Amino acid sequence: MAAVFPVNNSSDRPKPAVLSSDRRIVGATIAVLAKLLSGFTVRWMNCAPDTCQRVYFANHTSHLDAVVLWSALPRELRVLTRPVAAKDYWGKTAWRRYLASSFNAMLIDRHDIKVHQSPVDMMLREIGDIYSLIVFPEGGRNSDGEMGEFKSGLYYLAKKRPDLELIPVYMDNLNRVLPRGEVLPVPLLSCITMGSPIYLEKGESKADFLKRARETVRKLKDS
Amino acid sequence: MDHFFRLLGQVASQPPTEKPEGSGFPSPLPQISNEVSEVVQAVWLNLPTNILLGVVLATLAIATAVSQWLQQKPPANINPAMIRRFDLRVRAWWLMCAILVFGLLLHRVGTVVLFGLVSFWALREFITMTPTRRGDHRALFWALVIFTPLQYVLIGLGGTTVYRHDGRPIDFYGIYSIMIPVYASLFVPARIAIAGDPKKFLERSAQIQLGLLICVYALSHAPALLDLKLYSSRGDRWLGSNAGLLFFFVLICQLSEVFFWVSGQLIGKTVIAKDVSTSRTWEGLFGGVLATGLAGLCLYWVTPFEIWEAAILSMVVAVMGFLGAMTMSAIKRDRGVTDYGSLVLGHAGVLDRIDTLCFAAPVFYHLTRFFFSR
Repeated sequence: MAAVFPVNNSSDRPKPAVLSSDRRIVGATIAVLAKLLSGFTVRWMNCAPDTCQRVYFANHTSHLDAVVLWSALPRELRVLTRPVAAKDYWGKTAWRRYLASSFNAMLIDRHDIKVHQSPVDMMLREIGDIYSLIVFPEGGRNSDGEMGEFKSGLYYLAKKRPDLELIPVYMDNLNRVLPRGEVLPVPLLSCITMGSPIYLEKGESKADFLKRARETVRKLKDS
Repeated sequence: MDHFFRLLGQVASQPPTEKPEGSGFPSPLPQISNEVSEVVQAVWLNLPTNILLGVVLATLAIATAVSQWLQQKPPANINPAMIRRFDLRVRAWWLMCAILVFGLLLHRVGTVVLFGLVSFWALREFITMTPTRRGDHRALFWALVIFTPLQYVLIGLGGTTVYRHDGRPIDFYGIYSIMIPVYASLFVPARIAIAGDPKKFLERSAQIQLGLLICVYALSHAPALLDLKLYSSRGDRWLGSNAGLLFFFVLICQLSEVFFWVSGQLIGKTVIAKDVSTSRTWEGLFGGVLATGLAGLCLYWVTPFEIWEAAILSMVVAVMGFLGAMTMSAIKRDRGVTDYGSLVLGHAGVLDRIDTLCFAAPVFYHLTRFFFSR
């Protein structure tokens, strides 16, 4: 699979796990459906698609967010990128588990958190030195379109793996496509803006970092 | 190619093999003449239409050449921004022309589906631009996913003969010409009311109603032209191509936009409403309408109209298109955007390209139906 963008493609890099062909087809179908349904346009602002390890962090307004953001990435990146999804929803039935695996989801249990089993540690273990992550630091979805405060997970990700590029993403209008509590989506148009990466600064406090991260996402709305 | 379509048309217009019993009318004589005319009319794209298509493609090729030439050697007295705009316009015309010809090649069903998709996309842009609230979700779902396809299904059925239980054929015109303005317009506010959010209720209902009316209902009159049984004003059956008439209509709309722009640049002085549009002037309106009338006069041979009728109808289309463009730019100004595509695409959207078509289509359809159809 030839990548069309600059890739640090050293052959000693570990390869991602290969999905079964039916899952790949289902995954590609999900990506096409997400595009048709949400009519998204992707804008890369001061940032280009790359296979280096990244954490895409975005505002969360709709059930569709994770799938749409994953679909908005180029195909070469989709195999390398894992949206973090709630295990209590996506792990419930065999069908949901199957769907989740075909869009490469990483299921995290929100309730079963122990000292050495924190979600951040699990995520870092799962991504190894191959995968990128899609996270929604607000936690729950927001119904009125305003962004909530960021949870601390992003900070710990940045602290434990300072080499990860943290890409802010603003997802516009998706809350109108499928708002909270609705089942049927209205196929409006939406826009996904990817900003330039941020990193944890030396000596930056948790609160400051989370505030800054939230601000970079919010600023993308007007750019 | 033509032969292929003639065959297709014959299959499509074959009368039902089983006539419902007990229907005394229509009497045998008109029945036969009807069938004959149906078969003759089955020429989907006739010679004049193909000539017109050729002329348009040639003109577009020339426009592309001019645009390329201007970009390579920009004359000092022309604004480079204007050259860029011209280039974008020519590209948009190519795209429109390609899509329309593609639809026409797929015959009647293809054309109806094509206009349906354009309507869907335009309404999508329209609703994306307008502020709706959480309580509108279900109403929006109905508008986009139910009413829009339904309108085009009804238009599609309009070209077929379906019999009621008592043996009379269903007149789909009576259904599709009121479905959105009556039933959808009543249903939408009721659905919003049931959702239980009364804030800005009238505004929200009006937005969805207007969106449906302009993007779906009005535009659907263009493919409905295909089903008119046309006569010349002298009273004899017109055996030309309805697809050609549709192409004539779209072409006149696009030409009128050009003429408005050109005459506005040349003789425009008095701006009509500066807060709505700074470039639309009374002089531009008159010049554009006259020029469009002349263009229609030159193209009368594709239509069932006499020369002077073609000129008058073209002028009416131009005026309606002008009103459409004014209305849509008033909405854009209110929403604070320059183009309907700008939220998401960064360039003009579908709705920016079809605003003249939307307003002109119902009027052109009804004038043609009233004066040239039985």
